[in-house]
Amino acid sequence: MNDKFAISRRAFTGGAVVLGLGGKAALAQGFAGLGMNGGGFASVIPGKTFAFPADHGPHPDYRIEWWYVTTNLMDAAGIAYGAQWTLFRQAMQPGAQQEGWANQQIWMGHAAVTRADTHRYSETFARGGVGQAGVEPKPFRAWIDSWQMRGLDPIGDDSIAPLELTASGTDFSYTLRLDADRALVLQGDGGYSKKSERGQASYYYSQPYFKVAGSITIDDKPAQVTGRAWMDREWSSQPLTSDQTGWDWLSLHLNEGEKLMLFRLRQADGNNYRSGNWILPAGKTEQLASADIEMTPTAFTEIEGRKIPVAWRIAIPRLALSIECSPLNARSWMATSFRYWEGPISFRGSHGGVGYLEMTGY
Amino acid sequence: MSRLVWILAVLLSHWRRHPMQLATLLIGLISATALWSGVQALNLQARTSYDRAAATFGGARTAMLVSRNSATFPQQLFVDLRRAGWPVSPVVEGRIQIGGRSLRLLGIEPVTLPAEVGNAPAIGKAGLQSFVTPPGEMLVAPETLSELKLTEGVTPLASDGTLLPPLRVQPQLVPDVLVVDIGIAQRLLKMPDQISRLLVGKAKGRRAPLENIAGDKLRLVEPDAESDLERLTDSFHLNLTAFGLLSFVVGLFIVNSAIGLAFEQRLPTLRTLRACGVSAGMLNAVLLVELVSLALVAGIVGLVCGYLIAASLLPDVAASLRGLYGAQIPGHLTLKREWWIAGITISVIGALLAATTSLLRAIRLPVLAAAQPYAWQQAQHRWLIFQSALALIVLATGGGLLWYGDSLVSGFAVLAALLLGAALGLPAILERVLSLGQRSAHRPLAAWFWADSRQQLSGLSLALMALLLALAVNVGVGTMVESFSRTFIIWLDGRLAADVYLNAADDTQAAEIRAWLRERPEVAAILPSGRADTQIGGAPIEILGLADHATYRDRWPLLQASATAWSRLRAGDAGFVSEQLARRLKLGVGDSLDVPAPGGNWRLEVVGIYADYGNPKGQIAVNIAALTRRFPQIPLTRLGLRVAPAAVPALISSLQDKFGLDGRNLVDQARLKAESTRIFNRTFAVTAALNTFTLGVAGIALLTSLLTLGNSRLPQLAPLWAIGVTRRRLAAIELAKTMSVALITTVLALPLGLLVAWCLIAVVNVKAFGWRLPFHVFPLQLLELVGVAMAASLLAALIPMIKLARMQPASLVKIFADER
Amino acid sequence: MAIGNPIVLSVRNLTKTYRAAGEQIAVLRGVNLSVAAGERVALSGESGSGKSTLLHLIAGLDRPDGGEIRLADSSVSDLTDAGRAALRRDRLGLVFQQFNLIPSLNVEDNLAFQSRIAGRHDPAWHGELVERLGLGGLLHRYPEQLSGGQQQRVAIGRALAAKPLLLLADEPTGNLDEATADDVLALARDLVKRSGCGFLMVTHSARLAATLDRRINLHAGLIA
Repeated sequence: MNDKFAISRRAFTGGAVVLGLGGKAALAQGFAGLGMNGGGFASVIPGKTFAFPADHGPHPDYRIEWWYVTTNLMDAAGIAYGAQWTLFRQAMQPGAQQEGWANQQIWMGHAAVTRADTHRYSETFARGGVGQAGVEPKPFRAWIDSWQMRGLDPIGDDSIAPLELTASGTDFSYTLRLDADRALVLQGDGGYSKKSERGQASYYYSQPYFKVAGSITIDDKPAQVTGRAWMDREWSSQPLTSDQTGWDWLSLHLNEGEKLMLFRLRQADGNNYRSGNWILPAGKTEQLASADIEMTPTAFTEIEGRKIPVAWRIAIPRLALSIECSPLNARSWMATSFRYWEGPISFRGSHGGVGYLEMTGY
Repeated sequence: MSRLVWILAVLLSHWRRHPMQLATLLIGLISATALWSGVQALNLQARTSYDRAAATFGGARTAMLVSRNSATFPQQLFVDLRRAGWPVSPVVEGRIQIGGRSLRLLGIEPVTLPAEVGNAPAIGKAGLQSFVTPPGEMLVAPETLSELKLTEGVTPLASDGTLLPPLRVQPQLVPDVLVVDIGIAQRLLKMPDQISRLLVGKAKGRRAPLENIAGDKLRLVEPDAESDLERLTDSFHLNLTAFGLLSFVVGLFIVNSAIGLAFEQRLPTLRTLRACGVSAGMLNAVLLVELVSLALVAGIVGLVCGYLIAASLLPDVAASLRGLYGAQIPGHLTLKREWWIAGITISVIGALLAATTSLLRAIRLPVLAAAQPYAWQQAQHRWLIFQSALALIVLATGGGLLWYGDSLVSGFAVLAALLLGAALGLPAILERVLSLGQRSAHRPLAAWFWADSRQQLSGLSLALMALLLALAVNVGVGTMVESFSRTFIIWLDGRLAADVYLNAADDTQAAEIRAWLRERPEVAAILPSGRADTQIGGAPIEILGLADHATYRDRWPLLQASATAWSRLRAGDAGFVSEQLARRLKLGVGDSLDVPAPGGNWRLEVVGIYADYGNPKGQIAVNIAALTRRFPQIPLTRLGLRVAPAAVPALISSLQDKFGLDGRNLVDQARLKAESTRIFNRTFAVTAALNTFTLGVAGIALLTSLLTLGNSRLPQLAPLWAIGVTRRRLAAIELAKTMSVALITTVLALPLGLLVAWCLIAVVNVKAFGWRLPFHVFPLQLLELVGVAMAASLLAALIPMIKLARMQPASLVKIFADER
Repeated sequence: MAIGNPIVLSVRNLTKTYRAAGEQIAVLRGVNLSVAAGERVALSGESGSGKSTLLHLIAGLDRPDGGEIRLADSSVSDLTDAGRAALRRDRLGLVFQQFNLIPSLNVEDNLAFQSRIAGRHDPAWHGELVERLGLGGLLHRYPEQLSGGQQQRVAIGRALAAKPLLLLADEPTGNLDEATADDVLALARDLVKRSGCGFLMVTHSARLAATLDRRINLHAGLIA
């Protein structure tokens, strides 16, 4: 049952953090709470004007929020890596922010590195109000325990670059520098991203143009890596409808310089909600609707008794795009408090490139 | 398969014809299993709650960071350490009062609490939101809830008027502890942004060196393999285990004799089965199946009895553990599946052990040997010599252990060797005594009396051995307990020198109370005392500050002292050490020791050694002024008052009214004495109860041996009846024989029991508790025990004898009719 | 003599030596013997002539030093302990002087247990045995409640209940008075005839031996 409601970032599980901590009962409660129209939290409405760097910081009036970075990397020997860094925020109650331990925010961090032969991950939790975790817009800094995403001088407010990204688990660690020369991209309709036909939505912007350099250490063996990264920022109060069971999400870096974001929200009635964004190198975007997108699983891997579609055929006839996606490591399984699959992929076909795939609710 | 069932049916038909034998066998197995598993249940229960305590406190089981020099430290250090990669979780601790009761309040942080801190994460993470968001929840053990006379969900008021969070029952929680979220605890304890310690999770990863983050403010305390409570209570549990084992062995004696007898009686049947074509392998397999099935049945019944025994003893065990060590054991028994499995297993293993000789003989059984049902009794004579040799070896081993051993385990080994050696030697001794009797007898019937007693010995020896063991242990334990209580009461009289004891809430109140007391004419003296805690060699030590006053000089009992002991204390460079500590550190009067103190080590010369019964910690007594100089931060809230006895009640009630002191903080000598005595009596209540059980089991052993022997005795008795001795007379003779061997055994048990008592007092207690009691002998108690033993024997012997007296002459004639 | 009937027991050159008080005593020194189905044979000889030893060897209760014992088509001397036990169970009936009943079983169960263990219980034959042995009123008694003659009748019934090839009896009437002995033996002869098995009885009584089909005399370890 856990997985049914489990989410990660884009699956908008409001209950995520509490769910992870509290087990099934809390999970059900959290989910039920989400169905109840925001329950005193701020609502996501179209037409918001984004302001940076303020919007890089937390929005505690909304129930949930995240800062999410995925990187596709390669070392000097040509070995491919993926690295993820995620900070989730969840408010247990609406209302004015309380000081100290009474603060109603709970923070959760996930970090992982993936190679074809291994996938390492770590998870940590913190309460707001005491300084163990948090996000500050200026100078930009997002942290939980010793993990950190920090703006380096001189940071561009509209590009949120350069950044330094660090995380470590018992058997891995990484330090990466992220640079971007282009502005952020607002997803959906000017940053208003619909998640269902019934009006569920989030505020959503991305920085898909990061170039990365740094080092990844697995089992005390460091490797110098370079590559690309994609950051997602999203917040909402009531993101899912009750019949949405899970989520397949992709962020793709095309070799030609375009970027493509796609997601599919699976609904119990089989009417999956699909959406996407085709981002040209200059930053111009084109919205993709359910009818534009074909997503078909082509291979499955069984993990913990669940059948996970790790390879996909994606076709967008309007863009003359038809690709086959395959995972770097089919067992990129995040066996964290709630479980999901997230890992680097590569694709071939009408276009080639690399990206990240996230799947929840299996 | 059906063949196996038929053979089993043939074997089992024996029990239907001899239900008494079956009862004996089952009673033996049941009592062995029951006593053993009952004791194990108690130990298990206690250990589980120590684990729980250790886990809930985040105590000795978890690595911790604590302040080097104060009780608390700033919360920012927690954040700094987390940010440096340390998997730490903050805990704040203090005390609050509810309805006059002082309770430990723990503030935990459920989100970061390490998963390996036992049950605590479950406490914290179930219903996280309601636990952490104000008003939060206050977790409480069911026992504490009922002691507070509160119900779940109510929001109690603390004694200072603060409204506390609603109570929620948490069955895994130890009593007398309240658990709330750290934020709420900081507010209730008025310790904003302060924490008492940081629990360090096991998660590995990159972490910066401690000094880089916390400087020298914090100290890492490594986890102990076992909790403090476990270490402290080890000796108590060893005691229980030893008794459980003894009862188990006594039970197995019964099983052994029942199985041996059944085997002998079934020899012809076994031979017939072989002759009729049952192979040896099949027969042995079926014998084994039969035994294991009986053991399983007995095991299950035994476990149920064990459960009942444990449940009835638990309150005493819990009380003595609380009194002795402050260990909190829940009053209701919860048993794990492992306990049931272990109990059944021990029953089967016990049955197999007890049946080993019989089974081995069955395996080697020749089909053609002439049928000699009671040949084993003759073989017993050879066995007697072997057994006596074994007894000597065991006793010699015990002597060696006594000489060279230096641990509690070796102390118990000495005890076990003494008992086992004596039991093994018993038949030989009885044989000597009876043959002496035989030589001195002149009349034919008297000669027969002794000779037949000797012959009967082999059949009774196991039961008599059990009786000897049970009696000796009874004498031993009885003597120890009696010695203890006598010594303790005398000691307590001296030790509780003041007439009223009070403990003020804080130093300010103490000062006010002292000022007030000085104005009271009935108060002859105010004796301030103080207590500091430190460690020597990793073990906790209490340092007691005593006022320089004639009250102590006159009454405080010292075991050894230098001539000017009391005046030497004044200078602050000398102290008394408790007997336990003196033994542990091998200190004598004139030696010196270094006591860790805040300002550096404090060198003290030992000028006296005093008894400190019942204290698991080592203690040092020094002058109170010297103590406050060395430990400036200790509270000076404890006062002893010398008051004329008649004035005590009035003084106490005025103190209560004026300063709001309750029974926990204000107590008169008489109550304290009664309380202490009660605790100490309960300490040995369990021992005494097990003792009684053991004696009961031995009584059953005797009864069943006599009953099973009864029938086989007929061929010996029939000729006497034939030559004109009446049945009534025969029964009387039989009774006299049984009683005389029982009496001899009982008389032998007395010196053995005194030896056991000496062993307990001089070896086991010293190792277990660190104190040695003076050894007293209590003749009246011994006499009483002899009476009980003889009554038990009489009761056991009576039933078979009545059967004999009422036996139909035809049954006796039959002895001659078919020569079996 | 039932000529033409198959041979159920044949003993060839059987030898057996015991060691007693440091001396080798040759009990059997090459015994030859055969018994046909339905044939009733008395084995007599003075005390110590080796009668009982021979019977025990045939029953597989002991092992010979040399020679061969064949029971129908199987060689007793070649079998393992378990094999000889199975042979006793399925193909032999044994009756001893000391009755050898199981004291904790009643008459009915004593009668039936060998045939049950052998898996050859036949209710009709069981009923016939009860009737012919005159045990009908005693079925629920225990051995200790029976007279010697009654006990031996139960023992004979038990031995025949599994329909053995050969009934072996070692002084079956040794503990009985003359009249009872005659009764019991008459019953045994009759039942052997009805069941068609061979019958080999050790006896020192010439009178009883004379009532059987054939008499073999064992002397100094050899058939005289």
